[in-house]
Amino acid sequence: MKNRTWISGLASIITLSTLLLVAPVTLSANDNSLPPQSVYNLQVAVEDQLGEITGLDRYKGQPVLVTMFYTSCPHVCPMLISTIKLTESKLSVEERARLRVLTISIDPERDTPENLHQVFQRHSVDSGRWSMVRSKPGDVRKIAGVLGIKYKQLPDGEFSHTTRIILLDRDGIQVANTDQLGRPDAVFLEAIRTSLQ
Amino acid sequence: MRNLIYAIAFVAVLAWSAQLAQASEFVHISGGEFRSVIPEAEGDNLIAVDGFSVQDAPVTNAEFLRFVLLHPEWQRGRAVSLFVDDQYLSSWAGPISLAPESGPQQPVTQVSWFAANAYCESKNARLPSWYEWEYLAAANGDMADARHLAEWRQDILSWYSQTGGDQIADVRSEPANYYQVFDTHKLVWEWVDDFNAFLVSGDNREQGGADQLQFCGAGAISMEEKENYAILMRVAMLSSLEARYTTRNLGFRCARQGGVRQ
Repeated sequence: MKNRTWISGLASIITLSTLLLVAPVTLSANDNSLPPQSVYNLQVAVEDQLGEITGLDRYKGQPVLVTMFYTSCPHVCPMLISTIKLTESKLSVEERARLRVLTISIDPERDTPENLHQVFQRHSVDSGRWSMVRSKPGDVRKIAGVLGIKYKQLPDGEFSHTTRIILLDRDGIQVANTDQLGRPDAVFLEAIRTSLQ
Repeated sequence: MRNLIYAIAFVAVLAWSAQLAQASEFVHISGGEFRSVIPEAEGDNLIAVDGFSVQDAPVTNAEFLRFVLLHPEWQRGRAVSLFVDDQYLSSWAGPISLAPESGPQQPVTQVSWFAANAYCESKNARLPSWYEWEYLAAANGDMADARHLAEWRQDILSWYSQTGGDQIADVRSEPANYYQVFDTHKLVWEWVDDFNAFLVSGDNREQGGADQLQFCGAGAISMEEKENYAILMRVAMLSSLEARYTTRNLGFRCARQGGVRQ
């Protein structure tokens, strides 16, 4: 009897050990084809202006301009969007067709798909190539972390944030960024052209 | 058979790490108001902090070892370089072994924000916010807010001039503060959840009007309570970091929302 207890004890330890050895494989099931610096290693869900949920890598395989914003932002965020549109307008039609744009909200509570959709329409952006998304509050900090963007909520509900436009290549690696608003940044534009080749 | 040996060795290490990892307790902290060095808005630095709970000491090497045993994707050499720099856990002897200079009861350092965050999530917790940490760190042994005491300010400040090559002490080596929380000062720097919320002006490329353009909403916020150098140094250090950076003196502790008094 005593012996049997001992054996079943050992058996359960072995079962447990096997589980622990197997579990890591599933936990670390990152996409191995991704380069280690790729932003797409961050596995978070984002919800777009139509309520569709995908990963951050929804435009994987295409160069993407990424920025973080919030829809109730009075001055700078509209400028951020118009700067992206202005930058795009400097590209040829063929180049533009291959570029994607992802704007990510830092205000997920207020930036519902409906609000995102309104802003999307107000700026009449190309729905085939653009999306405006939100994420879970905890995930927003992680996205900001991989993009190197700073933001802070203010007592009046507004946000301070860095207004940076980032270029990700097809694999999701940051290849260029700009803080210049209002007019296209020539060096940044060149980097976009290169990534589109 | 070899697998079986590995499995048994793994369980042994895990059991050993559990024994070493003296459970860090979550201590309840009552909310309140205090004056922060970082105003929420221009000129408004009276901050209300809700009640929360927090680990009574920084996370130790033993605790973090246990974490990476259970979450091998966070082991040195396996962690994705988007989330950690190349010095991640470099003071350890190996991916799952500590070293004499980074003993089990010493606070874990050389961890990135992402790694710290993942650790806390595994404990069903999160990193404390800056305001929570600053609120906690205002206490000395006797009172919740001792920051008006010049002597105490000088005492905690003295640590910053000697930090560097010295061996890092074990956690809980010094007496606890008013909240029964250890090591808010004089042991390690600590990550906070919103380390990337400090929009301290300084890297503007253009003159004039650049603030309004760079930051949506308000402009760069000035710091207050300038006699509080020790805290301001923490702000300056945290604001210079990226989420994947690690340093020899930077550790963390976890917090939870609300939290019930025990």
